[in-house]
Amino acid sequence: MPLLEVKHMTHFFGGLRAVHDFNLSIEKGEIRGLIGPNGAGKTTIFNLITGVYQPTEGEILFNGQSIIGLQTHEIASLGLSRTFQNLRLWRHMSVVEHIKMARYSKITYGLVGAFFDTPQRRREEKEAEEMAYHLMDELAITHLAGQIVTNLPYGAQRRVEMARALATEPDLLFLDEPTAGMNPEELAQMMDIFRQVHKEFGMAIFLIEHRLRVVMELCDRIQTLVFGEVIAEGTPEEIQNNPKVVEAYLGKEDIH
Amino acid sequence: MTYFLQNFVNALQWGSFYALIALGYSMVYGVLLLFNFAHGDIFMVGSYIGFFVATGLVGLSAVGVITLPYWLILVLTILISMILTAFVGMLVERVGYRPLRDAPRASAAITGLMIGVILETLNLIMLGAERYKFPELLQTEIYELGGVSVTNKKIMIVFVSLLLMYLLNLFVMKTKWGMAMRAMAYDFAVVPLMGIPLNTIAALTFGLGSALAAAASILFGTAYPVMDPYMGVTIGWKAFVAAILGGRGSIVGAAVAGFILGFIEIFSASVFPSTYRDLIAYSIILFILVFRPHGLFGQEHTSKLRL
Repeated sequence: MPLLEVKHMTHFFGGLRAVHDFNLSIEKGEIRGLIGPNGAGKTTIFNLITGVYQPTEGEILFNGQSIIGLQTHEIASLGLSRTFQNLRLWRHMSVVEHIKMARYSKITYGLVGAFFDTPQRRREEKEAEEMAYHLMDELAITHLAGQIVTNLPYGAQRRVEMARALATEPDLLFLDEPTAGMNPEELAQMMDIFRQVHKEFGMAIFLIEHRLRVVMELCDRIQTLVFGEVIAEGTPEEIQNNPKVVEAYLGKEDIH
Repeated sequence: MTYFLQNFVNALQWGSFYALIALGYSMVYGVLLLFNFAHGDIFMVGSYIGFFVATGLVGLSAVGVITLPYWLILVLTILISMILTAFVGMLVERVGYRPLRDAPRASAAITGLMIGVILETLNLIMLGAERYKFPELLQTEIYELGGVSVTNKKIMIVFVSLLLMYLLNLFVMKTKWGMAMRAMAYDFAVVPLMGIPLNTIAALTFGLGSALAAAASILFGTAYPVMDPYMGVTIGWKAFVAAILGGRGSIVGAAVAGFILGFIEIFSASVFPSTYRDLIAYSIILFILVFRPHGLFGQEHTSKLRL
């Protein structure tokens, strides 16, 4: 059984057909890519699957269970996490707080625990702290633990966002243009982090990217989306040599 | 000097009322980016709930069903009213605001005003236009300290207010719900991705704000016992001004600005004829806002896409 299965998903915004007959099947541990020009509907697909929008038609199954109609936090609790194209951090909270927030559902101490610092609170906080430091080590941001995120450089903010998504312990991680706005050096580091994180945690990844280099190097399979429709699907080599993809990105080969 | 200290004490008392109410405006704004314009009327509801709880407990004590000292009745009244009014606040959120979560902000603002009118009118229908008087649970005692007269009520009001603000701060900083509230204030859309139910946190925020308004109304009732259905309007708007002065969404700002407002009002009245009090006080605040449009503790909000 695939981890995530999307069947014949179509979505309209008013009269505009944003996504048409989208199909997807992601296996455990697989890295999938979704490429396409601006406005092709890539982020809309993320929003449809994560419950921000309800698809007009189609089915979405996560671990065999339909997730259409579930609220975003319910879908997240099933093991699906994501990052955003434009950074969505909580500007005046610290790095470590960002990561701890992902433990929300695992925190069981309540008012009494918080007000009187009970052993239960101390134990849970210690666990959260350990997990947070482990993740920060992984992403090489441990030295920034206590910093307020708004003061951090862009590349570090991207890593915080990634750490926060990982802290929910997802089986499937959606990354929306995770290298957007990075310089070549930051990009190379980020690629290493993806590989390392994937190796260590083994979750499946569904990646939206503009930079072909990133998807070509990381992904097992790639879909190309143009005007809400998948025009090509295959391994990186197949996609690279597909004339339709070349056309969508570069225009027709010969113009008469 | 004595004159100054006397006004200082009075300003602390009024500042406590404003601060407790302003906190409700600011918390809700921080989490949901809307001002709950029914908040002043929630203060009124809290006061009436407190009236019935206190009267009930006094009655039960009088007939000997339970014998409670008056100070304990006051404490119980505050606690029970806070809890019941919190439910009223959550009901307002559920019925009035949640269906409009994605509507333009102006619609939500109008909703608040309408809910306010509904609460006032319901009160009139159920209890009539007759004014009620909050039962006297604390006998006034006056202490003279170096020429300044301080009543036990004033001390109690300021002490209870500061205690509640301290507890609120603990709640916001240490519990997972408080942490979720803070996160929502910075970016709403990501919070559910952490498995956090937005609606629960939104309801909780309304509940907390309303509970603080209820506490303020009971404290107010001990000092100014006359109640009427419109008692929340003026004090509610003034606390709203404090919330804006403190900086939209800032909890510390709301508390500090509540006291600042109390000070400006009392000292305006002490220097100028008291009929000029509001004119002078609010001109000063207007002047501050011209120079600090985001309030004293507010941050400039970049526009956020709210999913």
